[in-house]
Amino acid sequence: MHIDLFLTCVNDALFPATGQATVRLLERLGHRVNFNPAQTCCGQMHLNTGYREDALHLIRKFVRDFRDSEVVVTPSGSCAAMVRELYPEAAQWAGDDELLRDVEALAPRVFELSELLVNKLGVTDVGAYYPHRVTYHPTCHAMRALRVGDAPLQLLRNVRGMTLVELEGANECCGFGGTFAVKNPDVSAAMLTDKARHIMNTGAEACTAGDNSCLLHIGGGLHRLRSGTRTVHLAEILASTEEEVFA
Amino acid sequence: MTAEPFPSTAEAKLELLTRINRAIAGAEQQPLPPYPVSAPLSREAVLHQFEDRILDYKAAFTRVLAGEIVGAVAAALGGARRVIVPPGLAAAWLPAGLDMLRDDPPLSHADLDRAEAVVTGCAVAVSETGTIILDHGPDQGRRALSLIPDLHVCLVRGDQVVQTVRQAVDTVAASVRAGRPLTWLSGGSATSDIELVRVEGVHGPRHLHVIVVE
Amino acid sequence: MSDHGGLHPAQPFPEAAREQVVRAQLRANLRKVTHTIREKRANVVGELPQWEQLRTLGAATKDASLANLSDRLLQLEQSVKARGGHVHWARDAQEAREIVARIAAAHGARELIKVKSITSDEIELNRALEERGIHAIETDLAELIVQLSHDRPSHILVPAIHRNRAEIQALFNAELPGEGELPDDPAALAAAARRYLRHKFLTTKMAVSGANFAIAETGTVCVVESEGNGRMCVTLPEVLVSIMGIEKVLETWEDISVFMELLPRSSTAERMNPYNSFWSGVTPGDGPQEFHLVLLDNGRTNVLADDFGRQTLRCIRCSACLNVCPVYERAGGHAYGSVYPGPIGAILTPQLLGMHDKNANTLPGASSLCGACYDVCPVKINIPQVLIYLRSEANLQKGLTAEALAMKGMKFVMSEGWRFEGALELARVGQGPLVHGDAITSLPGPLAGWTQVRDLKPFPKEGFRDWWRNRPAPVDAAPPAIVQKAEEGPVPPQKKEGGQFDAEPPREDTL
Repeated sequence: MHIDLFLTCVNDALFPATGQATVRLLERLGHRVNFNPAQTCCGQMHLNTGYREDALHLIRKFVRDFRDSEVVVTPSGSCAAMVRELYPEAAQWAGDDELLRDVEALAPRVFELSELLVNKLGVTDVGAYYPHRVTYHPTCHAMRALRVGDAPLQLLRNVRGMTLVELEGANECCGFGGTFAVKNPDVSAAMLTDKARHIMNTGAEACTAGDNSCLLHIGGGLHRLRSGTRTVHLAEILASTEEEVFA
Repeated sequence: MTAEPFPSTAEAKLELLTRINRAIAGAEQQPLPPYPVSAPLSREAVLHQFEDRILDYKAAFTRVLAGEIVGAVAAALGGARRVIVPPGLAAAWLPAGLDMLRDDPPLSHADLDRAEAVVTGCAVAVSETGTIILDHGPDQGRRALSLIPDLHVCLVRGDQVVQTVRQAVDTVAASVRAGRPLTWLSGGSATSDIELVRVEGVHGPRHLHVIVVE
Repeated sequence: MSDHGGLHPAQPFPEAAREQVVRAQLRANLRKVTHTIREKRANVVGELPQWEQLRTLGAATKDASLANLSDRLLQLEQSVKARGGHVHWARDAQEAREIVARIAAAHGARELIKVKSITSDEIELNRALEERGIHAIETDLAELIVQLSHDRPSHILVPAIHRNRAEIQALFNAELPGEGELPDDPAALAAAARRYLRHKFLTTKMAVSGANFAIAETGTVCVVESEGNGRMCVTLPEVLVSIMGIEKVLETWEDISVFMELLPRSSTAERMNPYNSFWSGVTPGDGPQEFHLVLLDNGRTNVLADDFGRQTLRCIRCSACLNVCPVYERAGGHAYGSVYPGPIGAILTPQLLGMHDKNANTLPGASSLCGACYDVCPVKINIPQVLIYLRSEANLQKGLTAEALAMKGMKFVMSEGWRFEGALELARVGQGPLVHGDAITSLPGPLAGWTQVRDLKPFPKEGFRDWWRNRPAPVDAAPPAIVQKAEEGPVPPQKKEGGQFDAEPPREDTL
């Protein structure tokens, strides 16, 4: 399958390894991955912070950049949810019927990584190897907007060498919420504290998730606490093999 | 009241309606989807479900045959002697020796407060939620009768127990359209306002005893 | 009236929340309560396989009523009048207060009893009555606690949830006549409230209630409650006044059914709450012989006028969204500064007040957009989407702020791939002075909130785009690398009771 990678602006800026892992993983599974360098950002930060017009500019750009793609994969639940759940809403808020038609045509072809693998490609064992004790945080948008269900867990359970430990309060938000973390730092910190405590209670070396924005937040807190627990994107675990372990 | 003593709110009404009409201009109305219903249970399963729900509310439950009503009511009343009896409730269902309070002429609030118990029938009951609905017909009396005494003994005919809320709403539709008030009871009064600890029995009758009669 | 009660928040949400999140007792109470109701709700909702269809029907029923709201209200007025009741129309809080006060004055009432009604709190009725020498006695246990302690409600369902039993014990010992040696047992405290209110119920001539629903066709008003104080108030006095927001009206009697299924399970997490009272105007020989229904706008028509915000008016005040909200759980109800706290308050309050209210318009920001509120909403209000929508509406009122300029700058950078890549190159160099060891530990200006409790990962030396450009071309059409089928794979994980991996097959101690 020809798969277009939407890297996301957060990964582009801070987490190149997640993009590399996604490419290597999909190529290892026999797919052809393309990266269109014109891409930038889905517009989520602008829309969620209340800058609808700026967001629409980026939404239109995303539609232009990916309108010819057969399948688009993104290693981010929230960016996939932005396209699938909020693009149609934003088009309606703008009263732009043409944009609405375009996004409704494109949205069904945009997948978060784990749902592409499990639901679209039917793969639950990607032949990965990762010799660490790991706990998994299901991110809100993957869980509640995309309804990826246990797709990430199905993939993680088939990773060899890895000990996957259950996380208390897993379904609770980590407190990131984009600019929420900056504009409501006290509530965000209170949420992060609970998430970090639960993660540390697992005794895991690493916490994984399908979204680096949440991991940036969780990882930033764990680092500040000198917890000794790090964060790693799901793609990096799935891309790891006995020959080469990422992250 | 003889005349309307309050200034007409005609101006407010007109403006409010104007605002609403402006607000909903162009709003489209979609047809309602069908009412989703539960898988039907057998009669016996309905009655068992009803019992289970009543007990879950920490209310008392007895199931008897028609000939056993008097004994069941006597047992439910315990030591209560001053008992309110709605005008339409069959006297034959009540044990002898009660100091019966009939609401004719209407009892005062103070009279009601001195009663120890009330015995009523009901209009319909819902097994799925353990709810008894009073439409305040003759065997139930006006609302205050089943509100003030501390013990409410409620007689429910087996064929009055339906499975779903929707069935019960349909059953009492005629009463509502006739202007009658309804009281829905699901267990005794309760509060969870302090640290979410459920306390059974606040202002309404603190004890509810349901007797299902077949 | 005051800027502090009713709807108007006295502070922006982030400032109010800052004061609340550090209160240990509050956090402990909120954690316990929200988690307990959350689990109970999930259990009773799980009993109904048709729950999702019930939600859809509930939403559609409300929408249909709102789409014909003027007809419904006129029909309601006619039905209530036909049953001997009076109907009043109030454009705003002041008009509604005036109507209730005049009714009380007409009867010479010095005291009246009240059923818990957030709508009455919204219009600050008690204070207005007090100013005219009329004492309104709250009869719901939690509202009584709030009233006796001169406090404000912090939850839609359990308004005194921020108070623990020891605080209530001390309050009742000090404030309830004849008590004084009460234990801290909730049953004993509830019994004291019963003793205090019993005489009031039996002797007070006038009562005020809210309304959960009203049926246009039959003129029936519904009050849903648990303690029996509602039944007392709507049955025993001679005069009853019910105040309802105009959005509470339904068309036919049968429309009530779906809400009697949705509301209790979502609210108290019971199959049905203990008592529901329904009455139509005046019933001869039964209950109050004078009945007034006050129809209140107070900003609701503004909400109705917005195609996207309108769904907010479906709300049936169950409070399920509060109980699952991670922000509410930490900040508590008072941080929202309005009688409508939590996620629903974050969208309802600013819409009722108008998006120009500079404190209320911070409320749509009081969410991490986790989506838990939408999942549990019995009438499918898409709260996260409305929050996002309102954030833009609020920004339109604020003009060109520093944040808006920063966003425009970001948009410009992200308008072209090459421009974004160039900006990242600059950031890699420019971040130098901020990086300490392997992290940025202190950010300037508006970004300082981030480094308050978190480090920031620095920009990496090599970006993805460099790697992509420089890597060798992949071997075309490599064969799939899957060598092992799922069923031959490692031992599947174990289910733990109520755990993260529910509905998964058993396994040993690892997943």
